[in-house]
Amino acid sequence: MLPKGTMNEQQRAGASGDVNLVGLSKSFGSNTVVQPLDLTIPAGSFFAVLGASGCGKTTTLRMIAGLEQPSSGQVLIGGQDVTGLPPYKRPVNTVFQNYALFPHLTVAENVAFGLRRKGRKDVAAPVAEMLDLVQLGHLAGRKPAQLSGGQQQRVAVARALINHPQVLLLDEPLGALDLKLRRQMQLELKRIQTDVGITFVHVTHDQEEAMTMADTIAVMNGGVVEQMGSPTELYESPRTKFVANFLGQSNLLDSRVTGTSDGYLTLDVRGTRMALPKARAAAEDDLLVMGIRPEKISIRHQDAADAVKGTKDGGNRNALGGGVIVDSSFIGVSTQYTVRMPWDQELTVFEQNMERDARLVPGAPVVLDWNPDHGFGLAPEPAEVPA
Amino acid sequence: MSAIPQKAAGAGGELKDPPKRGRWVPYALLAPGMVWLVVFFLIPMLVQGGTSLQTGGLEKGYEFTWHWGTYWDAFQDYYPQFLRSFGYAAAATILCLVIGYPLAYAIAFKAGKWRGMWLVLVIAPFFTSFLVRTLAWKTILADNGIVVDVLNTLHFTDVTATLGLTEGDRVLATPLAVICGLTYNFLPFMVLPLYASLERIDPRLHEAAGDLYANPRTTFTKVTFPLSLPGVVSGTLLTFIPASGDYVNAAWLGSPDTGMAGNVIQTQFLRVLDYPTAAALSFILMLLIVLMVSAYIRKAGTEDLV
Repeated sequence: MLPKGTMNEQQRAGASGDVNLVGLSKSFGSNTVVQPLDLTIPAGSFFAVLGASGCGKTTTLRMIAGLEQPSSGQVLIGGQDVTGLPPYKRPVNTVFQNYALFPHLTVAENVAFGLRRKGRKDVAAPVAEMLDLVQLGHLAGRKPAQLSGGQQQRVAVARALINHPQVLLLDEPLGALDLKLRRQMQLELKRIQTDVGITFVHVTHDQEEAMTMADTIAVMNGGVVEQMGSPTELYESPRTKFVANFLGQSNLLDSRVTGTSDGYLTLDVRGTRMALPKARAAAEDDLLVMGIRPEKISIRHQDAADAVKGTKDGGNRNALGGGVIVDSSFIGVSTQYTVRMPWDQELTVFEQNMERDARLVPGAPVVLDWNPDHGFGLAPEPAEVPA
Repeated sequence: MSAIPQKAAGAGGELKDPPKRGRWVPYALLAPGMVWLVVFFLIPMLVQGGTSLQTGGLEKGYEFTWHWGTYWDAFQDYYPQFLRSFGYAAAATILCLVIGYPLAYAIAFKAGKWRGMWLVLVIAPFFTSFLVRTLAWKTILADNGIVVDVLNTLHFTDVTATLGLTEGDRVLATPLAVICGLTYNFLPFMVLPLYASLERIDPRLHEAAGDLYANPRTTFTKVTFPLSLPGVVSGTLLTFIPASGDYVNAAWLGSPDTGMAGNVIQTQFLRVLDYPTAAALSFILMLLIVLMVSAYIRKAGTEDLV
């Protein structure tokens, strides 16, 4: 609990509907699940917390909901400190992972539950309206057990949204659905969020789901937010190895900074000179890890390597020679190549299936090249931090 | 080891003609239970039904005469005992529910790692004989015992005396003593089904109710209690049915004025040796219980729960 005197400062800190987490942490015994966390979730945004299981994302969500008491720090919703409030006094509602629908109540009564607790008598109209929004009007009289997974999921959303919470919390809401239904529900949730304009905080381990739906993604790892930004920002300019590999795939090359020119860093990658925009380097150390996404790389047979010079940006492209294709798999829209470099590292390349070079088969010597602007620089990680 | 190839061969045969092979399996599985029911339920019922329609006396022996009159006579003579049976059983059932629900709730939701131990403690009394436990209550409720002294000091016995449950400052040999004995003896039958249904409730439903503005009390009345109703129904049935047929508690803790249907049946069968009346009384008791239980189940609407 907090001293009352600090209240005014807290109220100034957040605008209405914002969620502010201030130094929020959670430990179970000696196990710290969420490291002290400062985070602002702007009102009206679709905010995703993305991470592998056990990274602390669900615990963070539960602390916002009031289902878990933080070990330290505060939760502010719309500028109001709710840290000490029980869940039933917070202006938030949750869509639970397995929906947690009340099995003894009908769909309509499940949806009406929150309104009835607030003492509203005329629930029929808002319930009907909300069930129409999630296209379940015809199933109002059913029990949850008589519904499919997707329908239950929509009841859970309706049951939460009908209360017009300032913030809707979604805890892996699509995890129990099959792939096709999940895609469909992703779009539907996004549509509902745009319609109602409520702040959505969505916890998921599915990077594709987070990228499809969220305006802003916070990537969590080991109880820490590693990076936060728009899906494009996170994908194009990851700032840590974890982010680079959790959102899509990355090729990471150890390199040494040898100089600067025109806003570009000059790098030495295992003896090859390369360039990287200074602004895209997350660290200013001597040693840097250069990352490049597989689909940004062009792959050419060694005999055709001169063709690089002929391209528009000509000799300015970063080029790595000496690789040998060890595996290639055709996945329809693209072909995925695994290329072993002379220093035994394997790089991944996605090549669109437009003009395929028949010589690009396992065993073929190749040259990889890419536009320097597509690379990104990461700090080399200190020898494994003890967990 | 040799079982494996045999099994494989059997499976091959099954593939060839599965329906023929499988047809008798359900009956084979049912057979032991059916045989048991026929031998120990159906036949005794028929014999007892036959006995209840006999007339005669001890000297001349009893003869089967389709004499239905025994039923009416038995009911007329002993309806106070039936009323007492159901009254005491109902009171004991309600007390069991009042005591057992919080206990089952605490074991299911608050006991944590002590759950197993608490459940063992609930069942522990079964390790001693039913009779010994009932006799112990004779001592507990003895006239000059601490319990009765305390109840007298608190004027509790004045209240129960007004209700006709005790007489003077005595507890033993009164309806209250019988109800206490019944409650004590049948409490585990209430606690276990209640625990089973409470334990099954997904704790996330409590969180969901809290998330939807229900305070702990409303969460209980709107979510926990309705979901535990199957346990309440089976617990009350498992308590009420045996309690209304019980005669041990009334015999040891009560007086001739607190006799229940079971006591009359016992007397008729073992002392008076009027077998037709005893058999008719048993059928009346059974019939009344079946009627009450079906009315109760219809009212509770168990098929609609969950």
